[in-house]
Amino acid sequence: MLYALTGSVEAGVIYALMALGVYLTFRILDFPDLTVDGSFATGGAVAAVMITNGYSPLLATLGAMLAGCVAGSVTGLLHTKGKINTLLSGIISMIALYSINLRIMGKANTPLLGADTLFTEISSFLSSLQPLSILAAVGVSVLLIKWAIDWFLDTEIGLAIRATGDNTKMIRSFSANTDNMKIIGLSLSNGLVALSGALIAQYQEFADISMGIGIIIIGLASVIMGEAIFGHSSIRRATFAVIGGAIVYRLIIMFALRIGLDPNDLKLLTAIIVVIALVSSRMIDTWKDRRVRTPKEEPLAAAGQGARGESHAET
Amino acid sequence: MRRPAKEQGGRAMLKLNGIRKVFNRRTASEKIALQEINLTLHPGDFVTIIGSNGAGKSTLMNIISGGMAPDCGTIEIDGEMVTGLSEYERARKIGRVFQDPMAGTAPTMTIEENLAVAFSRDRRRTLHRGVDKKRKELFREYLASLHLGLEHRLTAKAGLLSGGERQALSLLMATFTQPKVLLLDEHTAALDPARAQLITALTREVVERSKFTTLMVTHNMQQAIELGNRLIMMDAGQIILDVPEEEKKHLTIEDLLKKFALLKGVADDRLLLG
Ligand SMILES: Nc1ncnc2c1ncn2[C@@H]1O[C@H](COP(=O)(O)OP(=O)(O)OP(=O)(O)O)[C@@H](O)[C@H]1O
Ligand SMILES: [Mg+2]
Repeated sequence: MLYALTGSVEAGVIYALMALGVYLTFRILDFPDLTVDGSFATGGAVAAVMITNGYSPLLATLGAMLAGCVAGSVTGLLHTKGKINTLLSGIISMIALYSINLRIMGKANTPLLGADTLFTEISSFLSSLQPLSILAAVGVSVLLIKWAIDWFLDTEIGLAIRATGDNTKMIRSFSANTDNMKIIGLSLSNGLVALSGALIAQYQEFADISMGIGIIIIGLASVIMGEAIFGHSSIRRATFAVIGGAIVYRLIIMFALRIGLDPNDLKLLTAIIVVIALVSSRMIDTWKDRRVRTPKEEPLAAAGQGARGESHAET
Repeated sequence: MRRPAKEQGGRAMLKLNGIRKVFNRRTASEKIALQEINLTLHPGDFVTIIGSNGAGKSTLMNIISGGMAPDCGTIEIDGEMVTGLSEYERARKIGRVFQDPMAGTAPTMTIEENLAVAFSRDRRRTLHRGVDKKRKELFREYLASLHLGLEHRLTAKAGLLSGGERQALSLLMATFTQPKVLLLDEHTAALDPARAQLITALTREVVERSKFTTLMVTHNMQQAIELGNRLIMMDAGQIILDVPEEEKKHLTIEDLLKKFALLKGVADDRLLLG
């Protein structure tokens, strides 16, 4: 049980990188990016192939991340220069990546059994700390990456990216090239997703063509659940919540499997989790709004509210 | 206060030449929004534009800012041809406040973050921190000039501000980096009379202090007469009246209404005859 628990938390922390990537597009850029289903597997494929070809695991992981950035930029170009809508440009990339991933691996999966991975290196380096060495190393790295994301989103470029997702018309009138901002955001996001895929491949010791299927939903589940549980009043808070959400998601899956869920039903369970998280966070928001407002004003307020409750405009 | 006429003849801050815009060309709903607009603003000119709904005022503003391309004609800002530049490239030179108070700020970002976005308008955005200690001080100072107490709410989300506060913030953001041209499209229209008055006063103050070259669209004739040094009336995509500074000083609403009826009559006749 304890073993399963650390395992789930470890996996959760690695998947958190993917969830952070989804957070960047879904929340910051307001761009529901489906590329991730493809780029997650791309990350795994590139890392696995590079490792089996004798590259160092670190280099392989960085290579995977770079491949993800390229994939994200392509989606960005399709959307901004090709004027293809957000969902469709993501779907196009996702489908194209399926073939590309097969090309990268040359077959449907690449085993890494017995190969040197980042995790075998960590274990041998920190062996005195067993069995928590992997969790510690992964945890620290993910927190560093979270910190880097927080920092980036506070820079001038980061603020412009956030404003692009928030109010495109406004940020364009402040001379930001919104096309470039979207491309940068998508590129970073998919870089993180591919990094996560690369680490998962090394963690489970194989890369598989189907490892990315449904990843977007897992990412959404983590983001939405995390925000609902841990709050999202600031960027720092939200990125923390997303990591928390990814871990909580893994724990839920673990318990579901323990009490006898058929692994084939996992995707269905994930979909249900997303629906519950979406609907309940919406209901909680409305409920909070109700309590704040005096009954007299209520009929007016119901009309035209965004998902995040833009409700304070004075008349 | 203004430059002597002689010098004005020399330099144009904004120059529109033969601007034409037709919507839905060659369809049943073809609409000539602008026909042959020629307009020159000298440095420090503050021009108010009035005209009935659909006269083409917003279209003109959008064409100047680059949100739309004209079918023909050229746009020059401070001697530089900007006709071919995209909206974001031109935005370095142009400050804008929109009619919709929601449009000018990013609602989920804080007041200081919004100001930081405005602060980097005329420079290359880098990995420098958007809001550092020094800038925070500057933002606070600037916000204090609004007398709305916003300087104490730097970290409040812009989405929580009232329409009037947001419009004041938008005006501040639009003029933060000293744009060469300031475009105001009915920026007080969505506010209640008191707030509208406040924003009008702020506009006057800001423009007079920095001598911005300004184009302001309004449906409020009183406002159009009180503000600025030149008044333009538009109708059916044309400038039908252009009141210079001296004449504008004595202009009344009755004058304007009379002139409008007269000119509109002429314009309609011409349409009928043509
Ligand atoms: N994108 C568009 N497509 C088609 N027609 C348009 C478009 N934008 C404006 N028009 C038309 O062009 C004409 C001028 O519109 P514009 O918005 O410039 O008027 P306006 O003077 O700003 O009016 P208002 O005082 O109501 O704001 C109108 O007849 C309008 O219907
Ligand atoms: Mg208009």
